[in-house]
Amino acid sequence: MTALLAIDGVGKRFRGLTAVDKVSFGVEPGAIFAVIGPNGAGKTTLFNIVAGVFPPDQGAITFAGKRIDGLKPDAVCRRGIGRTFQLVRPFPTLTVEDNVIIGALLHRGDPVIARQRAHEVLWQLDLFNKRQQQASTLTLPDRKRLEVARALATDPKLLLLDEVMAGLRPAETDRMVAILMKLNRETGLTILLIEHVMRAVMALASRVLVLHHGAAIAEGAPDAVVREPAVVESYLGAEAVE
Amino acid sequence: MIDWLLEGVPRRGLVLLAGLLAVLIAAPWLANDYLITVLIIILYFAYTGQAWNVMMGFAGQLSLGHAIYVGIGGYAAAALYVHFGVGPWIGLPAAIAIAMICGAIIGFLAFRFGVGGVYFAILTIAFAEFARIGFDHFRWVGGSSGFFLPVANYARNDLWNLRGNPTMFYYVMLALTVAAFILCHALLKSRVGYYWQAIREDEVAARSLGINTFRYKMYAVVISAGMTSIAGVFFAFYYNNLFPEQVFHISRSIELILGPIIGGIGTLFGPIIGAFLLTGLSEMMQELLARLGFDVPGAKQVFYGVCLLLVVMVLPGGVWPWIARKLGLTGRQS
Amino acid sequence: MAADIYLNVAVSGLLTGLVYGLMALGLSVIFGVVRVVNFAHGEMTTIAMYLAIVAFNALGLDPLVMMVPIAAVLFALGYAMQAGIINPFISRPEYSQFILLVAIAMIMVNGLLIVFGPDARNVQTSYSYDSFLIGRLIVDATKVYAGIATILVTVALFAFFRFTLIGKAIRACADNYTGALVVGLDVKHLYALTFGLGAACVGAAGAMLVLLVDVTPALGPAYTLLAFIIVITGGLGSMPGALVGGILIGLTEAMAGLFFTPSAKSMFSFGLLVLVLLFRPQGILGKRAS
Repeated sequence: MTALLAIDGVGKRFRGLTAVDKVSFGVEPGAIFAVIGPNGAGKTTLFNIVAGVFPPDQGAITFAGKRIDGLKPDAVCRRGIGRTFQLVRPFPTLTVEDNVIIGALLHRGDPVIARQRAHEVLWQLDLFNKRQQQASTLTLPDRKRLEVARALATDPKLLLLDEVMAGLRPAETDRMVAILMKLNRETGLTILLIEHVMRAVMALASRVLVLHHGAAIAEGAPDAVVREPAVVESYLGAEAVE
Repeated sequence: MIDWLLEGVPRRGLVLLAGLLAVLIAAPWLANDYLITVLIIILYFAYTGQAWNVMMGFAGQLSLGHAIYVGIGGYAAAALYVHFGVGPWIGLPAAIAIAMICGAIIGFLAFRFGVGGVYFAILTIAFAEFARIGFDHFRWVGGSSGFFLPVANYARNDLWNLRGNPTMFYYVMLALTVAAFILCHALLKSRVGYYWQAIREDEVAARSLGINTFRYKMYAVVISAGMTSIAGVFFAFYYNNLFPEQVFHISRSIELILGPIIGGIGTLFGPIIGAFLLTGLSEMMQELLARLGFDVPGAKQVFYGVCLLLVVMVLPGGVWPWIARKLGLTGRQS
Repeated sequence: MAADIYLNVAVSGLLTGLVYGLMALGLSVIFGVVRVVNFAHGEMTTIAMYLAIVAFNALGLDPLVMMVPIAAVLFALGYAMQAGIINPFISRPEYSQFILLVAIAMIMVNGLLIVFGPDARNVQTSYSYDSFLIGRLIVDATKVYAGIATILVTVALFAFFRFTLIGKAIRACADNYTGALVVGLDVKHLYALTFGLGAACVGAAGAMLVLLVDVTPALGPAYTLLAFIIVITGGLGSMPGALVGGILIGLTEAMAGLFFTPSAKSMFSFGLLVLVLLFRPQGILGKRAS
């Protein structure tokens, strides 16, 4: 099966510091692929390159058969990649509903139809009952779900989630995991996520990539990867594997 | 169409609006000439404030040089009339087009090169100043000595050439203001309006949702410029003279933004309420001062400054949202 | 000889530009530390100028002498503005702050109009018409004195920020607001102090400007725009940049006035501004915003 997203030898330097060091991997359609690693390993930089925030210095990124490296963020979204931000960025004075409508408007010019799609997504993310609330009044878990809902409303084929579990309590983490698994199962949505919360990674991911100092040090099924000595040493620590 | 426009607007609000409109239409029969001229000024500021609001309140770009579009619209239409005998309604598209091009240039320079915030504001001031000095040297339209339109007798109303008594101008301005209001309401409820609000709230997040922020910011600037230039055409034919020193001066640009800021940036009614409050109160103040025997040039501006200061310190969202809450009128987006 | 005229005009422009630079320096200090965009900057300069005129007419005191007291008065004004009105606006959206200062500027300009009227005023000192002859250069005495005074004030300011404890504390606030709070610095007080210092620069510059130009209230907005053009050209937040920008603008306007009509000279400053904003927005000496 050809990969939906193919990262091929992508590298990025910031004034002498190698943030991403010739990373290559592929994400199959319908997969949930996790990128893990210590802080500063280059995970968010990699994300930002895929999302179009800055171009790679070297390498290629192919999505659905076409090259997307060098495209601007709005163009990347139009190609079918949605993303969330590590520090959530809701539209604060707008309602939850309006936030999602703005996402839905990408492929639906009529606000009335966009609103219908927004309602669908709000149901999926369990936010329908709060749709008239102002986004700035939401709690953090709700804001995280809003961020996902908004990106989802753009009908992406691939969803990039940047530490979407950060700051959530275990119960809320499980809730988010359940929602994401349901979306993946029912709609075939491909997900690429950065995560530190191993509980979520083990539950969600079909495949894991480990980054360290910008380079890939392990890739494979979650159970196998977390046992690799290099991974244990650089990131997880011996206790985590027990 | 009407349904969609009216959706989300509370019944009480519609009734009040209809009432206000009825009063305004009947005004020439109810009020004396002086009051009509005051109302013309109020509506003029409500209109230009609404046009400015499209850029600031909707798309979040602060323009402190908006008088440039008034001037361009006025001079374009006036030049066509004086030099070629072209009536204002025919000259209007030309005036709008030139203003839109000017707006597009400013917008392009600013957005393509990432000039935002305070730098953008300074850029707009500089452009307006550039126009002021430039037109001072522009002989073909009178230069610094001014440009004059032939004043016909006011016995008959000539709507085609916009020559007539104040009542005619009043209805023209009223029609423009109502049209602007409806246009802005429709824009806000459309995809463009939603995208503008997204850009205003968080441009980075907006881009991540596929919004071409450059294009939509350009729309805001160009539409705002075009709308404002129509007021310029009105200005030229109502006052019958244009001086670069006055038309392009920074105080005109500041005057223009007082209504929407005091009334409420980003709201539909803000500019209108702001214009009524500001002009109404300042006229009353001038009357009072005149009766007390003071003739103080600059007092009106100090008054405006104090109002602005109070609003921005105490009611930063503007007077209208506060009033709307009190009247129980909060709909979805008013 | 033509070259002599150019040289004279250039030197004249350079010296005037130095004084403009001092005015803009105040803006750079204010923006660099407090991050307030002072749209009332030119208006404050105009207030200083009128103070100099009043002092001259009432007490017969030379503006150069009055420079220090006027700077002190402006310092107090600046401190009061920051502490009393502006401080709460640090956390508000950017445009809110602009509007606040635009409002203050309006009140200042029109207040001056009410008190002094629109007619131009100036100060005639005993040396107003003197000039120095240096080789082939003929330079106005007023400009020379103003230029020297500006350099002295600027050096004093640099020394303050470099060597005094308070100066270092202020620089700490600018570098790292939270860090400054954490080590117990009274940031609000330091901000007010900084605004006051910026205002003092304006006071000094204003006192000198009355020797060089005629005052009307309308100068307020014109100088605000000029200060911004200088600071943006030289580099927002860079103190040497403000002086470099001032000299550059002073030269540009002087030469433009020579080659084209004097009334069109500010169009060249605007042209320069647009170029800088497009191609080097951090200005000549500024640092690229992170």
